[in-house]
Amino acid sequence: MSWAIIQQSLPMFGKGFELTLWLSFVGIIGSIVVGLICSLVQYFRVPVFRQIASVYVEISRNTPLLIQLFFLYYAFPVLGIKFGAQLCGIIGLIFLGGSYMAEGFTGGFNGVSKSQVESGKAIGLSRWQLARYVVFPQGFSLSVPAMAANVIFLIKETSIFTVIAIPELTNTALDLIGMYYRSNEYLFVLVIAYAIILVPLSIILTLLEKRVRYGTFGN
Amino acid sequence: MADKVLEVAHLEKFYGKKHVLHDINFSVDQGEVVTLLGPSGSGKSTLIRCLNGLETYQKGTITFEGQKIVPTEKNWQQLRQKIGMVFQSYDLFPNLTVMDNILLGPTKVQKQDKQAARQEAERLLASVELSDYANAYPRELSGGQAQRVAIVRALALHPDFMLFDEVTASLDPEMVRGVLNIIEGLADQDNMTMIVVTHEMNFAKQIADRVLFLQDGEILEQTSSKQFFSNPQTSRAKEFLDSMDF
Repeated sequence: MSWAIIQQSLPMFGKGFELTLWLSFVGIIGSIVVGLICSLVQYFRVPVFRQIASVYVEISRNTPLLIQLFFLYYAFPVLGIKFGAQLCGIIGLIFLGGSYMAEGFTGGFNGVSKSQVESGKAIGLSRWQLARYVVFPQGFSLSVPAMAANVIFLIKETSIFTVIAIPELTNTALDLIGMYYRSNEYLFVLVIAYAIILVPLSIILTLLEKRVRYGTFGN
Repeated sequence: MADKVLEVAHLEKFYGKKHVLHDINFSVDQGEVVTLLGPSGSGKSTLIRCLNGLETYQKGTITFEGQKIVPTEKNWQQLRQKIGMVFQSYDLFPNLTVMDNILLGPTKVQKQDKQAARQEAERLLASVELSDYANAYPRELSGGQAQRVAIVRALALHPDFMLFDEVTASLDPEMVRGVLNIIEGLADQDNMTMIVVTHEMNFAKQIADRVLFLQDGEILEQTSSKQFFSNPQTSRAKEFLDSMDF
């Protein structure tokens, strides 16, 4: 293990680090938006869209990100649709994450007890008012643990972007190994880099889970 | 007293093939207190829940204040402002303060003026001795307090008719009296028309003008409270009263 080698590689890893963060950030925001739309469409039982959402969720959850990326990157150009590698990565991550987020939100909404819904109905709330004042506020807080798990999961999934040559963290490490054959050093940096992102984030998310559980809601 | 607030005629309910309510017929007069008694599983809760549309029914009609109810969700939604209901599990909304729980109906459903609604809510909270809890969250309340708030939440809509579904069944014994007193006050002072499902026989005896005795989804007796408790007509009602500890 040579510290000099590690030091020399840090600027490159720095770039990969930034890219991993950026792609994750955009991917997660996009996933939350897609997930929210799908779960709302399912909650309000919007005809047609609801079926489309469940087909999407099934396809997305039951195919690997690797294959989804191959599709976007290699198969779509054949059909005349071409994206840059990074855009492919982001679309792939949102395609995957959207369904996980949708299931998380839906789980939260379904977790609101039937008696809560009935007591809302009993004071004359409309379907929309019931959602707005009773089901959504409680459902979102119930879905926080699933959301937190999804965020961590999606950040880790960005490592698969290496197969379409996006120079994020994993790709940077593999590139360096290919060039200089110093796998010990580079893999060490790679692990540390992911830990720097994920460990603090995981701690923050755990605190958030506790806060919504014991803060505003619940017993 | 002869004004009929509610009339139920030939009501039938099935869960799939299971026949849970058999040809239910009764009416409730203005200001009258009717208690539904009967063993567990006799259909009391199902029946009372049919009366504000939380359960569907397959046959029969319900007439409220002279209007035959067309049982669509939209119509029920309107009617629930006039037919209040309080549940065993009280189910205050945990994400809202006591005050916001109470104000939700008046301000969002009935679009009442916020200031006026708040004053009314404060008056109602004071009447159940919970003025100090307006800004508390439901989890900070005891069961008895939560149930009193749930009653206030229903009353804030100024219903004409109240349904109480075993509202003391999940309370600690020392909490029961306070809740029952409120219901008694409603019946005696405010002359509220109501149907009460309860297992508190002394309370039923004291508050009820009339008793409906249900067993296996059928009304077996429908008499004055006095008659029911002193001289029940059916053997099943006798057995039921004997089995109750009061």
